[in-house]
Amino acid sequence: MLEDLLGSQNLEAVFGPHAVEGVWPLPQAFTSSPERYPVNSQDFYFVYGRQSAAQQGCSVLDTAFKRYFSLIFPDHNSGSPADRLSWTIYLVPFCVPDNLSISAGKASLNAETVWGAVRGLETFSQLVYQDDFGSYFVNKTEIDDFPRFQFRGILLDTSRHFLPVQAILKTLDAMAYSKFNVFHWHIVDDPSFPYQSSTFPDLSSKGAFHPMTHIYTQSDVRRVISYARLWGIRVLPEFDSPGHTTSWGKGQPGLLTPCYKGGTPSGTFGPVNPALPSTYRFMARLFKEVSSVFPDSYVHLGGDEVDFHCWRSNPDVRVFMQKMGFGGDFTKLEAFYIENIVNITSALNKTSIVWQDVFDYHERVSTPQQIWDLQVVKAGLRVILASPWYLDQPGPTHNWARYYTVWPLAFKGSEEQKKLVIGGEVCMWGEYVDATNLTPRLWPRASAVAERLWSDEKQTSSVDKAFPRLQDFRCKLLRRGIQAEPLYVGHCKHEYQGI
Amino acid sequence: MITTVRWTVLLLALGFCRGLKHNYIDDYEVVEVEEDWDLVFQPSEHGSLWPLPQKVQISDVSFKLMSSSFRIVDAKQSSAGPSCSLLQDAYRRYYEYMFGSAKRQQLYKSRRTGPTELTELQVWITSPDSECDGYPSVTSVESYELSVDQPFAVLKAPTVWGALHGLETFSQLVYEDEYGTKSINSTQINDFPRFAHRGILLDTSRHFLPVKVILANLETMAMNKINVFHWHIVDDPSFPYLSRTFPQLSRQGAYHPYTHVYTPADVKMVIEWARLRGIRVIPEFDTPGHTQSWGKGQADLLTPCYSGAKPSGTFGPVNPILNTTYDFMKLFFGEISTVFPDAYVHLGGDEVDFTCWKSNPDIQKFMEQQGFGDDYSKLESFYIQKLLEIVTATKKGYMIWQEVFDNGVKLKSDTVVHVWIGGGSNDEMSRVTAAGYTTILSAPWYLDYISYAQDWQKYYKVEPLNFNGTEAQKKLVIGGEACLWGEYVDATNLTPRLWPRASAVAERLWSAKDVTDINDAFNRLSMHRCRMVDRGIPAEPLFSSFCPREYKGI
Repeated sequence: MLEDLLGSQNLEAVFGPHAVEGVWPLPQAFTSSPERYPVNSQDFYFVYGRQSAAQQGCSVLDTAFKRYFSLIFPDHNSGSPADRLSWTIYLVPFCVPDNLSISAGKASLNAETVWGAVRGLETFSQLVYQDDFGSYFVNKTEIDDFPRFQFRGILLDTSRHFLPVQAILKTLDAMAYSKFNVFHWHIVDDPSFPYQSSTFPDLSSKGAFHPMTHIYTQSDVRRVISYARLWGIRVLPEFDSPGHTTSWGKGQPGLLTPCYKGGTPSGTFGPVNPALPSTYRFMARLFKEVSSVFPDSYVHLGGDEVDFHCWRSNPDVRVFMQKMGFGGDFTKLEAFYIENIVNITSALNKTSIVWQDVFDYHERVSTPQQIWDLQVVKAGLRVILASPWYLDQPGPTHNWARYYTVWPLAFKGSEEQKKLVIGGEVCMWGEYVDATNLTPRLWPRASAVAERLWSDEKQTSSVDKAFPRLQDFRCKLLRRGIQAEPLYVGHCKHEYQGI
Repeated sequence: MITTVRWTVLLLALGFCRGLKHNYIDDYEVVEVEEDWDLVFQPSEHGSLWPLPQKVQISDVSFKLMSSSFRIVDAKQSSAGPSCSLLQDAYRRYYEYMFGSAKRQQLYKSRRTGPTELTELQVWITSPDSECDGYPSVTSVESYELSVDQPFAVLKAPTVWGALHGLETFSQLVYEDEYGTKSINSTQINDFPRFAHRGILLDTSRHFLPVKVILANLETMAMNKINVFHWHIVDDPSFPYLSRTFPQLSRQGAYHPYTHVYTPADVKMVIEWARLRGIRVIPEFDTPGHTQSWGKGQADLLTPCYSGAKPSGTFGPVNPILNTTYDFMKLFFGEISTVFPDAYVHLGGDEVDFTCWKSNPDIQKFMEQQGFGDDYSKLESFYIQKLLEIVTATKKGYMIWQEVFDNGVKLKSDTVVHVWIGGGSNDEMSRVTAAGYTTILSAPWYLDYISYAQDWQKYYKVEPLNFNGTEAQKKLVIGGEACLWGEYVDATNLTPRLWPRASAVAERLWSAKDVTDINDAFNRLSMHRCRMVDRGIPAEPLFSSFCPREYKGI
């Protein structure tokens, strides 16, 4: 319908002269006129519409109003000129598809849910601009908007380097500015286990880099989740097993497979031991805790890169293989393990997500898959695309275009198959990333991915058209205190003021 | 190992993408990630010293340091006294580095002085002239001797410049035990730099860097015993230097005439901040190319380019045929010579594009008159020659990029030629030194080029004297510089991109030639990076790991 609306019209004509100061990611349908209205911070209010299902007391919107007021008026404390026309703008969330309309004296925002309203507020905040005298203006605008993909995620890895909670919260802010809605928390891995479990406190007291300073307490986790919720962001925890679990073994003896050299244990450990019933009892209790701590209906079970050498070396595992009739096929053992874990999480009413490897080994596991693979779609599983968006690799920032020009549905397949691609994810693995360089490495490159996942592909296929808009958006991020690195030579009116 | 495995998986995934006919990965560099991945952190016998001193002996005997009683003081015999504010300032700075802010000190107040406590570091400047109020130079003596023993530690240095390095080294010897007590082992160190010129280039034209960012990085340079800040202050995109003589240069040529300029007070502050840390500030005013921003505030300085018989409205390099050009340069460099105290100024001279000169009929006529034929490098030489005379008259030495030498411009014998083209071992070094010129090397150290994984090792493994030449030629290599050009760098990402990668260059330029053990370097550098983080500098990690106190400046 929206495509019809835009038809073959020249997009520049639709966007008008303020295209550069426009919105990132690009809304699905957008019309603005040169007619502009002054906005005065002294006389600006967010108001719930009378028909709105949400009213004062709705924590998400009350918080969003507060947050967006200071984002819209970054220097409202300094006071605006007194002789400005006063103008009141009403934002009215109520039950129709998300749209934003700004006309003389009043702006209204209609959204089906508070989550749509939060996105709409972000859009509105990006439409307000300051002239050379510091006065705020907004142009007459009509926007109809919705995301192309429902899953728009960012993965942070808090195991290879510990990220202070502050760094996570800051990332959540920036995610909301780009309309991301999933924080994939790769919380534990081989190097460290910073999640402080209430059921198994030894996991972090022995497996974290430091048991006091490099952990996430239950209240840290709750804080991250509720902070994310207020931005309309889901928190998807990943507890990756059976591989990538070296740090688990420190606090949970007997969990990992003892590797053998010759006829004797070598003292090193491999993946989780799938041959012991105690393993599944442990996992059941851990995931019971995880499923109550993390409210999201999905949980990520990892399942990637399982190395079979250690399993193969262990005589008990081999006996178990015999007993189960797996022969010498260790992928069957892995599939057995994953199936058990998936059963555990299903019993907890959670939907599982796994990395692509699991599918490759075993097709019966019916869970959404990550990473992009034609076969996966053929098999009728839902998929999330991540492979083109490994942003932990640095590189001249101009490679943002490489992330921008990824076409997630350009594979051979039926419409039905394409519907199974529910979104994509930016991965920021932690080998070379910690709080010192996370933010500039993530932004604004992740914003390029955000537009790909949110906006209409036809309207956003040109890198040249996107470049000035992204430059402008990057300056907006700086103005909001996000340390987003430059795309190329140039400057922002308000440069980053930290070091 | 594990990371390598994951890479394999990633590559497979990318393989799929190729199969699906998307070219977004066509220029994908899967860099040389495989080598040297498995460095595992182990404490080095040299602790966290970086760059490694020339001679170190650390014994097992350790002393405690109490923040309540420990003092850094002038030795009685020292030629620098309480009036030497450079040292007093440094004492306070290093005390704070070692013991943190006043809050943490409270903890130690109640403890009594024990027998194994070290209470004093005496700093003894041995030359009659401490150089306390001077500026560091290429001939400054930077050596020092440090003896940590009972009843007090002694730091002996001929000048304050060596003393500053010695204080840094002393602070690097201090470590924290499990109870949070500061300790130091009995140690003897005899140290001096291998190369006299150890620099970092920052580019404030492509992106403006707030003064605060420059100061923080000067601070970090001192932690790495870097002693030259090469300030590539202006270039094509913007002219942030506010000139007293020609204020319109920045008024018209800066990104913004107020928020994106360096005022005389800013420049003074940078120079003094650097001096207090033993760092020279060498400004670069690059001509005749790289001068687009100059043209905005100085009419007729640049060459008008022609399209056919008419001016096209665009401009090329500085116009070398007008007397007004040289009048301008005389006044301008006259100002620069008084504003910047260093004995050298960098005149650039790189990447001159001849197409605009060629298009201009006046220049063509001039070429004929001078008998240059079609050889525009002769015109370039003509310009540079005149510029060098102007700068010589201001009593400054000069540095120039290698092209000026390559183009056969007549240079003064004390010119410093800056080599930037080619890799680590390059023939240019042989040629420049064979011609008898002093040289500094930057070619292998362009830190704005980044790749995945531990590229610090690449910078570390460079041997600057690895070129064909006599001993006398090699003596002409006075050092090197790490360059961080500004196309993709501003305040948001400069500091983590520079550190600790530039630290690798710092050790190569300071430590003995045979300090090449990459494992030991990894271990010391890991700790050095955490120390920088602890001091508030967002130096990025080398690999999966942690610091006891992570970066908090978010």
